Amino acid sequence: MAIIVGAKTRLLVQGITGYQGAFHTKLMLEAGTKVVAGVTPGKGGERVHGVPVFDTVDEAVRQTGANACCIFVPARFAGEAALEAIASHLNPVVIITEGMPVHDAIEVLAYARQHHVRLLGPNGPGVTTPGLCRVGIMPTQLFRPGPVGLVSRSGTLTYEVVWGLTRAGLGQSTAVGLGGDPIVGTSFVEALELFNRDPDTHAIVLLGEIGGSAEEEAARYIAREVKKPVVAYIAGRTAPVGKRMGHAGAVISGTEGTADHKIKALEAAGARVAELPSGVAELVKTRLS
Amino acid sequence: MKLHEYQAKEIFARYGLPIQNGTVIERPEQIAGLSLRYPVVVKAQVLVGGRGKAGGIKLAAAPAEAEERARGILGMDIKGERVTRVLVAEAVDIETEYYLAFVTDRRTGHVVAIASAEGGVEIETIAQTDPEKIARAEIEPFLGFRVFQARALGRRLFLSGALLDEFVKIATTLYRLYWTEDADLAEINPLARVGGHLLCVDAKLVLDDNATYRHPNLPVNEEMTELEAEAKKHGLSYVELDGDIAVIGNGAGLVMSTLDLLAHFGGRAANFLDIGGGASAESMQTALGIVQRKPGVRAVFINIFGGITRCDDVARGIVDNPPKVPASIRLTGTNEVEGQRILKDAGIAAGMDPDEGARVAVQLAKAASGQRGGR
Repeated sequence: MAIIVGAKTRLLVQGITGYQGAFHTKLMLEAGTKVVAGVTPGKGGERVHGVPVFDTVDEAVRQTGANACCIFVPARFAGEAALEAIASHLNPVVIITEGMPVHDAIEVLAYARQHHVRLLGPNGPGVTTPGLCRVGIMPTQLFRPGPVGLVSRSGTLTYEVVWGLTRAGLGQSTAVGLGGDPIVGTSFVEALELFNRDPDTHAIVLLGEIGGSAEEEAARYIAREVKKPVVAYIAGRTAPVGKRMGHAGAVISGTEGTADHKIKALEAAGARVAELPSGVAELVKTRLS
Repeated sequence: MKLHEYQAKEIFARYGLPIQNGTVIERPEQIAGLSLRYPVVVKAQVLVGGRGKAGGIKLAAAPAEAEERARGILGMDIKGERVTRVLVAEAVDIETEYYLAFVTDRRTGHVVAIASAEGGVEIETIAQTDPEKIARAEIEPFLGFRVFQARALGRRLFLSGALLDEFVKIATTLYRLYWTEDADLAEINPLARVGGHLLCVDAKLVLDDNATYRHPNLPVNEEMTELEAEAKKHGLSYVELDGDIAVIGNGAGLVMSTLDLLAHFGGRAANFLDIGGGASAESMQTALGIVQRKPGVRAVFINIFGGITRCDDVARGIVDNPPKVPASIRLTGTNEVEGQRILKDAGIAAGMDPDEGARVAVQLAKAASGQRGGR
């Protein structure tokens, strides 16, 4: 079953003719994803790794029955591409693109909510249900099907921890990348709700970062609703206060949003928090046995 | 990108928001040539907060005094920032101070209007001591900030009559500015009542770095150090820290966990550079050039987990510009076999385990510092 994407996902890739779009379309196909259509305005009629390319999403959906969308188009066109996907009721809409203006993200998110479309990203790695479907850029070879659901703000940190889980013999139900931008489509709490309801998920891993209050909100939800074991890791424990840590907008000022604040909140909610990414798998193993 | 007060006020003026007459200057002698009504206020133009407390804002009754004040403030160091410009503005008699701002709320994904009758002080302080004195309005993106919301906020500030009308005009204009200029924060503090009218006595604007392409005439970002600016020019993000191990990683989360790893093994990062998603061989090459230029770097730790970034591209970048100081390289993920092969062929050692990589980096830095100490 897993969450968000699976065997029924028929994927449309926007920006399929670009460097990244074409490269990852190939990898998504190899991962078993049904990539049924691509869209690049002006390139209709071409094929990329055997996938037919259309000029518009509307056309692609009519001809291929696509029901989900992954966006690789450059930042200044990504907002428009996402609106086009939402208008055609593709669900989920996953924006990989980095550097999208925040106001564009605000509009896209509002439109997605109006149409009850699940939005992931912008600036995220996508979502992978191992063995069935990869939407986005998570390296396929790291994953194995299994009982652990994972949700993260960061792409590369996700890979790090998934690889640790796999080596420890712990497969994954679904790995969800929320995206590192200030405004993203899905929150930790929403992902936790989905994992909490999913019968294939027996344990949940949450990878957070300093800045904002999303991890604290997740902790409140865990305390209230989640009966499955939760293991967390918070990146940035040693990051200096007041510095902007990369493009992710992870800024901490004062105590709100510090790693300590988040770790305490999660532990108080019954989650176990690993000190290093490599410690996550061991904690999951203990909690599952 | 954070703007200076004078830069923000230039944009305010373009939108017709009421501001004092004033001019920004770089040399005290320029004051004599200004046609301003005295007294004036001389304000340091810095990006850090708390400049008033630091002595960066002074009143002056006449040109000679203003020149002396400017001479005192120019060149001052305010929380590590050197003052190179002052704004000289006509002083006003403030009757009441209010607060008004628009800000992007990460939690809800909406823009929020915030207003308070207690202006002039830090809004965070009021939020903690008297949260009921802060009025908020959530903005639906497709409706925008509406007149009824502006009126409701104005009444929460106990404004009425012509003053309420002025507030509504200012608030709706500020929202239009906020949205059109791609701001993350637009703040007026204080929004002051002066002679029975409202006036934007201070102005703060933080603009979205991702949207600069829509605003070709923006001023230069002065927040960054030289190396930060150079990294940004190449689409990389660089942050300076105070240890001796240079860090290159991909993705903010991984980079932050890399700092934690180094700390865990007893080391400290000198800086870090996030090469981001989809980095090319060129960006890796540039990254190596930038991080090693910081004085005191004794070792480099490259921690790459390829997703959209390909390990073979990264490896080519390293081979083209091999580290000059001892390096620990951890390279895994997309196209890792090819990446590892390229490094091996060039005689550069690389591993796949992050903890091991960090441990080695700390060791290398310690060994290098020992060598230097012995000489």
